[in-house]
Amino acid sequence: MRSSYVTAAQASLISCHACHQLSRIPAKRTHGEAICPRCEAHIHLRKPNSLSRTWALLIAAYILYIPANLLPVMTVISFGQGEADTILSGVKELIHAGMLPIALVVFFASIVVPVTKLVVLTYLLLSVQYRSQWRPRERTVLYRITEVVGRWSMIDIFMISILIALVKLEAVATIEPGMGAISFAAVVIITMFAAMGFDPRLIWDNMKEKR
Amino acid sequence: MEMSIAAGRLVIACHECDLLHRIHPLRDGERATCSRCGAGLWAKKRDSFEHTILLTVTSLILFVLANVFPFMTFELHGRVQTSHLSTGVVEFFDRGMWELGLLVLAASILFPALKILGMLYVLVPLEMNRRPWKAAPVFRMVAQCQTWAMMDVYLLGVIVAVIKLADLATLVPGVAIYSFGALILTLAAADSTLDPHAVWEKMEDLP
Repeated sequence: MRSSYVTAAQASLISCHACHQLSRIPAKRTHGEAICPRCEAHIHLRKPNSLSRTWALLIAAYILYIPANLLPVMTVISFGQGEADTILSGVKELIHAGMLPIALVVFFASIVVPVTKLVVLTYLLLSVQYRSQWRPRERTVLYRITEVVGRWSMIDIFMISILIALVKLEAVATIEPGMGAISFAAVVIITMFAAMGFDPRLIWDNMKEKR
Repeated sequence: MEMSIAAGRLVIACHECDLLHRIHPLRDGERATCSRCGAGLWAKKRDSFEHTILLTVTSLILFVLANVFPFMTFELHGRVQTSHLSTGVVEFFDRGMWELGLLVLAASILFPALKILGMLYVLVPLEMNRRPWKAAPVFRMVAQCQTWAMMDVYLLGVIVAVIKLADLATLVPGVAIYSFGALILTLAAADSTLDPHAVWEKMEDLP
């Protein structure tokens, strides 16, 4: 396309996050926020405090991930006897019941996705802070996937909400949600905000001019 | 996204790597992607407004059905329990777990409703060449709802719950569950026919 790459920032342009309108960086560098002329959203050259905000949310998610996995997400009470389920034991139960395909789906959504998301966001943050030059395009794709796939971890929470709505036969069987469910939901929401706080353009800002 | 420059070209910055692109205005069905990081820049849709409005109106009807009719019936030892889409939310609140109640309410009912109503509020007047009051913030909110409306995830949660209970009891799906499934499809279709750039451009053209 061109011999050298020019970014909007290098051309003194801000691209609006909501409507993509390009506008000039305001001449007066005041602390008051700039507003997009077309859609009235606040505009910034890069997401404000992207790294520290993403780190803070990510660390909170790491901490909450511990109770999310140790505490029961729900307890099935049948004829007075309770059986507590954690995220992992729910998956095991599905495997024992011979429902392998759905067990894989739940395993992927509730365990693989949250762990991978934490690891990937940590890696992306470190790669930006250490000014990595390695495969920026692949790192951007990694970010894109992380942002899209995160919400699917909510499966377990929704499953519990269906179960407590259906199974409420006092003496015979009831289901009680546990504190693990709240921690787990918090992990999912916080990592979603962490992914939103990260600005993939920082990956590219570090790239030394080549070609 | 664009600033008109000479000779009918548009200048667009990539959302993910900030690279500037100079492109020709797209024709219907064409897509532009970033030459450096591969992110989508702009996809122009054919008859975007009409298609999106039709699909969103269909979604609105299905949304009402999904909320009014029974979602599922559970039968065990002769006892029958009927639940609605909102029953899980009520049960969470009854148990004092309002955090989860709010979360499920927001993801399965509130954000989908806001998205459908917001979309119609902006698109229908624009199609008739009128700019509704506060069109820009409303349309920005519609885009935000995208992430937090999780009906597709919810339906997968339903499937897992049904599989877990299948051995224990008899489950009879209600009208709402079919409406809910169809709603996911019509809303996804509405998303794919929506051309946000066309909406922003039209808003800009109208006073």
